[in-house]
Amino acid sequence: MSASDVPALTVSGVSKVFHVRGRGRRTVTAVDDVSFAVAPGAAVGLVGASGSGKSTLAKMITGSERPTSGEITFGDTSVGKLHAGGLRQLHRRVQMVFQDPYGALNPLHTVEYTVMRPGQNFLGMSHAQARGRVAELLETVGLVPAAQYAAKLPHQLSGGQRQRVLIARALGSDPDLIVADEPVSMLDVSLRAGVLKLLAELRRTRGLSLLYITHDLLSARLITDEILVLNQGRVVERGQTKQVLQHPTDKYTIQLLNAVANPFAANGSEQNRSEQSRKGAGGSITGNGAGGPTTGRSTT
Amino acid sequence: MTIITSVPPPQAPGTAGEVRIGAASAVPGPLRFIGRALRTLWSNGKARTGMIILGLIVLAAIFAPLIAPHSPTATNFQPYLGPSATNLLGTTGNGQDVFSQLIFGARVSLIVGVCAGALATLVAVTIGLISGYRPGVIDEVLSFVTNLALVIPALPLMIILAAYLQGRSVWTIVLVVAFTSWATGARVIRSQTKTLRTRDFVTSAVFSGERLPRIVFRDILPNMTSLVAASFLAAATAAVLAEASLEFLGLGNPSTVSWGTILFAAQQQNALLTGQWLMVFAPGLAIVLLMVSFTLINFGVDALSNPRLREK
Amino acid sequence: MALLEARGVNVVYSPARGQRIWSVRDVDLTIAHGEFVGLVGESGCGKSTLGFALTRMLRPPAHLSGGVIRFDGTDVASLTGERLRRARRDGFALVLQSGMNALNPVRTIAHHFGDVLLANARPGDELSGDRIWRRAAELLEAVRLEPAVLSRYPHELSGGMRQRVSIALALSLQPRLIVFDEPTTALDVIVQQAVMDTIKDLQRERGFSAILISHDLGVVLEATDRVMVMYAGRIVEDQPSRVMAHGLHHPYTEALLNCYGDPRAEVVQLGGIPGTPPDLSVPNTGCSFAPRCPLTEDICRTQDPPLLSLAPGWAACHVRARAAHVEEEVGSVR
Repeated sequence: MSASDVPALTVSGVSKVFHVRGRGRRTVTAVDDVSFAVAPGAAVGLVGASGSGKSTLAKMITGSERPTSGEITFGDTSVGKLHAGGLRQLHRRVQMVFQDPYGALNPLHTVEYTVMRPGQNFLGMSHAQARGRVAELLETVGLVPAAQYAAKLPHQLSGGQRQRVLIARALGSDPDLIVADEPVSMLDVSLRAGVLKLLAELRRTRGLSLLYITHDLLSARLITDEILVLNQGRVVERGQTKQVLQHPTDKYTIQLLNAVANPFAANGSEQNRSEQSRKGAGGSITGNGAGGPTTGRSTT
Repeated sequence: MTIITSVPPPQAPGTAGEVRIGAASAVPGPLRFIGRALRTLWSNGKARTGMIILGLIVLAAIFAPLIAPHSPTATNFQPYLGPSATNLLGTTGNGQDVFSQLIFGARVSLIVGVCAGALATLVAVTIGLISGYRPGVIDEVLSFVTNLALVIPALPLMIILAAYLQGRSVWTIVLVVAFTSWATGARVIRSQTKTLRTRDFVTSAVFSGERLPRIVFRDILPNMTSLVAASFLAAATAAVLAEASLEFLGLGNPSTVSWGTILFAAQQQNALLTGQWLMVFAPGLAIVLLMVSFTLINFGVDALSNPRLREK
Repeated sequence: MALLEARGVNVVYSPARGQRIWSVRDVDLTIAHGEFVGLVGESGCGKSTLGFALTRMLRPPAHLSGGVIRFDGTDVASLTGERLRRARRDGFALVLQSGMNALNPVRTIAHHFGDVLLANARPGDELSGDRIWRRAAELLEAVRLEPAVLSRYPHELSGGMRQRVSIALALSLQPRLIVFDEPTTALDVIVQQAVMDTIKDLQRERGFSAILISHDLGVVLEATDRVMVMYAGRIVEDQPSRVMAHGLHHPYTEALLNCYGDPRAEVVQLGGIPGTPPDLSVPNTGCSFAPRCPLTEDICRTQDPPLLSLAPGWAACHVRARAAHVEEEVGSVR
């Protein structure tokens, strides 16, 4: 799939104001005049703590909320103006990976059912065709042997496995853009590298665009090329990821950097880690934005 | 009745589930589900007791012609007889065998209980789902109607309806009872629907391109199985009592044989004065047993929404 | 004398259907007065279960099967009813993961304090509404919240604020040991740092012992004096926090350390740990980490290592212990 086939996401001057009921009439500006673009095949990070507006932005981009002002276009479709039918069409191309891997899976549906549905709904596949494709999708996300995982229910899987199922589901409609809303923040640290590596690789092999939303700068560094730092609805800093993280200019960005938990920080990093065994750290990911090497399969 | 909220179950690290190649799709075939549901209920002590009692009553109803020694309506016997070998529970003022009436009466109570309960639950689920899923005008209107139905006292309304409706058949009773008892279930189901609607897996279903009916029937409803089952059992319990009450008050068809009509006859014939206390006690006990059996089964219903039930 | 001494703690989880799971196996641990200890491990390793076991908060189908838990000399493992309640009142408190779930949504914060203080009042305590309010305001101040919070409901507070309220409630009975079960996992990084700073300051100021349970080794190392790493229901390493960032450790600990990095570095590499933790319903032969360990040798598959000396602490690893022993010998020869 060449880059020119994949539409670009453009967000221009978007704001979202909520009216809060209750003690007096108040308005909350969740998003304030945000503009950015995600070029085809690019990976952009939206970084901020809770209340920064990043989740609201994600909802507006995927059509769950309407912007109060400004415009969001995906390719030639204006997202803000879509209604039910149009939204369904949008969801074929813009998929979402959710934060809570357990909550986002229906506890009563098998993995196969969950992963099958997008194919049937969006690509017009028959029941049999969609089922066949499930194996392919599960293999893509590293859940092998696929047949074993297909029959499982969410409570039988680990957090990392559930997140992979969600990614497989998102891939089911053959999307152009994946909006990942804090996909690893509810996972154990040991499971994060595997999922992040998967996202980076999917970007590389399928030419997907990725909008990665997080409050964790470490994971943003690993899979995004460009980031925007949001504070209370406004973009306070933006640029190439490595550049912004190594030379932050905004106070808030610096605060976020300092908040990253790092056992080695006080002691001068790399030296100490080389003393320790690094063999077989499967699922590891090296980051400068591009996907890391495929070192074996890890089903974390 | 507990509202089931989903809390992530304790991690089951590395539990090797059974491998089934080419597994069938999510919600299993109705038969398989019912089989497993019954087994789940059976594993709960109280529910098991309830199932046994209910089972006996159902068997009595089905095999009534074989079990009952005489026809329930035949007026062959001497009236006002006490219990004897021929008439285990004595005879009515019209010379009918009480025991046979009791056995055959199970049919009506079961039918009305189950049908009225099912109908009430159906209405409750429909209204609850619609009301809970779409906030806005529809919800406001349906909630108002539900609250109205809740506020009006059920028994007096039932009495009035039964008294004025033409055609006194069992089915009239079913309709009347269902009409007055759907509201509680509707309220509860609406709450649960509202909660489930905000869950991420419903949003996920929308992103998978699912349309509204499918989301409601495949995502939301299955997660409310316990609630719907509990509502049904509660409605059936109330229906049994309501039916008996209506019959007892003479608002049913006097020619049907049911536990309520036995009591009606007992009342008319001053059974207690004539020493026919069994004629009062037996149907009363039967009604209570049926209600208790439903209630006991209700104890086992919580487990039905548990995903572990669907493990292969 | 140590504040908390636990020997041979075993917790078994016996669900109605399904197999029994040994969540915590043969754990010995000691916590000194005023010590801040971390308990780290992946989900399902038993760390929360252990925390609950130590504070006697286990619920069926999980139960303590054997073991002695001596709190300030008294064995609390065998206490029940009123005596247990008193031991809790006088000794330990528990702060849970989600502030929202721990607070009653239909009651104000002031009511929560009232509940705790009144329920645990000793005869002779005067607790008027006024006094309770003042005490509560003091406690809120200690966790850096304004007294105005007292008249709010839980849903009106942010996640971080709710967590602080939980901590203040835990402090209200002046416990000598507080167990924090994943206190910051549900919070974003900035709030997490702020809450952890508050916890650290409180611990230093008030001198209570604390156990911090978390899957995030980074957070734990920044706050604690000592860290215990758990894997598959066992403690596999016990070291002072300051030595964790360098030197050799249990391979699992090293793998966990590999999961961290500095976003500012030139090249950032992040590790994961492949495979899944073992099935705890099956008794294990040999080291539970062996299937996922890069250093596995034959002895690892047959003998489950106890905690062996790995100065300055302990690690349950044959290979590392042997290497350290050799080093020591070589060192003593020189």
